[in-house]
Amino acid sequence: MRDAEFIIRSNREIARDTFEMVLSGDASDCARPGTFVNVHVDGLYLRRPISVCFADGEKMILIYKVVGKGTDKMAHMKEGESVMALTNLGNGFDLSKAGERPTLLGGGSGVAPMYGLAKALIEMGKTVRVAIGFRSEKDVYYKREFEEAGAEVLLYTEDGSIGEKGFATDHLPGDSTFLYACGPMPMLNAARKHIKTPAQYSFEARMACGFGACMGCSMEMKTGLKRVCKDGPVFDGEEILWP
Amino acid sequence: MAVTKVSLCGITLDNPVIPASGTFGYGREFSELYDLNILGSFSFKGTTLSPRSGNPLPRIAECAGGMLNAVGLQNPGVEKVIKEELPWIREHFKKPVMANVSGFSVSDYASVCELLDREDNIGWLEVNVSCPNVHGGGMSFGTTPEGAAEVTKAVKKVTKKPVIVKLSPNVTDIASIAKACEDAGADGISLINTLLGMRIDLKSRKPLLKNKTGGVSGGCIFPVAVRMVYQVYEAVKIPIVGMGGIETAEDVIEMMLSGATAVQVGAKNLVNPWACPEIINSLPEVMDKYGIHNLTDIIGGAHE
Repeated sequence: MRDAEFIIRSNREIARDTFEMVLSGDASDCARPGTFVNVHVDGLYLRRPISVCFADGEKMILIYKVVGKGTDKMAHMKEGESVMALTNLGNGFDLSKAGERPTLLGGGSGVAPMYGLAKALIEMGKTVRVAIGFRSEKDVYYKREFEEAGAEVLLYTEDGSIGEKGFATDHLPGDSTFLYACGPMPMLNAARKHIKTPAQYSFEARMACGFGACMGCSMEMKTGLKRVCKDGPVFDGEEILWP
Repeated sequence: MAVTKVSLCGITLDNPVIPASGTFGYGREFSELYDLNILGSFSFKGTTLSPRSGNPLPRIAECAGGMLNAVGLQNPGVEKVIKEELPWIREHFKKPVMANVSGFSVSDYASVCELLDREDNIGWLEVNVSCPNVHGGGMSFGTTPEGAAEVTKAVKKVTKKPVIVKLSPNVTDIASIAKACEDAGADGISLINTLLGMRIDLKSRKPLLKNKTGGVSGGCIFPVAVRMVYQVYEAVKIPIVGMGGIETAEDVIEMMLSGATAVQVGAKNLVNPWACPEIINSLPEVMDKYGIHNLTDIIGGAHE
């Protein structure tokens, strides 16, 4: 973990209330897919945990949805401004479990970390399918980026305004070797009911520290209490106590 | 040369800075960031007789200049702390550590303290009397002089280590409670624990914390803490560990002027994990700025 300074290269709305912030700076320890950074926002006491969409050397992309005061302030940050963030937080996805044909499931803001994961798995020579679900066409982002990275994209919207109508979880391919999932809890819960393949799920929680000290985000797992920030945010399907 | 050493209940601290219980775990996460031995000491996570899983999520909320927590004393229980955490601490922290103890009955406190009394690397027992008494209608021990004194007496019977009673600020007259603890044999007082608060979510129109209420900490509570330490200093002769919103070396000096012999840094560790080493490193320079040669000389210096 470092408290690292980044410079905003761009910060733009790429879908309804959804922003893409491209940062430059030393992101060498942010590249593991499924990890997050805890972003300092001027004027607010707590940092804001944001999953890393993609990081490579000197560049990092964060995608976040404006849901409250912190993310709203982030959305108003300008190109050239500096951002401090605690880096390299959380365990990340275990890429060694992917097999040859992994499926990546993302819903809403949970689509973001799947991009870095997809790129890493494709680089490893895997055949990657990405099932992404949104409420409506206005909410969709990164479809083209996934395709350009070499992934097959299965797009779903709840109202059918683009892609297939319905939930991404209802149409998960049966021939996957592994499932990686990130999104709202009801989506993750639906996914595990629909798919028999082994899986890892990434959770979100309100956090204070983000590095395992405060016990603010502990969840009961089959293996005992786990901190979403430090022991997670990614958990194996078998260890999760589903609601 | 600035002298930062202070003596707390007969044990010398290299400096008065102690990370507060509940913001530092058992030190493991912070040991990856800096050498724990630069600290005066640290107060480990509140430990109870039985393991506790704590409160349901969300447990964290925010306010201007601070935060609320309703973690609910999640901890692995005293046996596991002795077996798994204390050996690790012994290896990584070569100074006496402060053991923070919580309980839900007088006998709970005594049992935990009796077990921890045998551990050589524990310097002080910091007894948190803010927990509800299950035999007293759920009222916190620390809200009455009698309740706080009863716990103090029971703990003093089972240990030779200095007992520091950690007081709740959610009371009408904190000085009388501190005095009752001193009369019951306490070797020190630490204060303040978090202030009881609540936030309400405008979208759901319900309390943000699942527990509804939570403890407020962070810079916003600093003036309240300074005032309460000042009041307790007037009421007791035993040393005081002052805490509540300390974020800088200047805050440390202010808290010591109000009457604290040592200080604890809490919530700040969570938003700046290097807060304690930064404060410790800047202490000599800030002491110099205010003409302080020896920190011990300024304890209670704000009093008539």
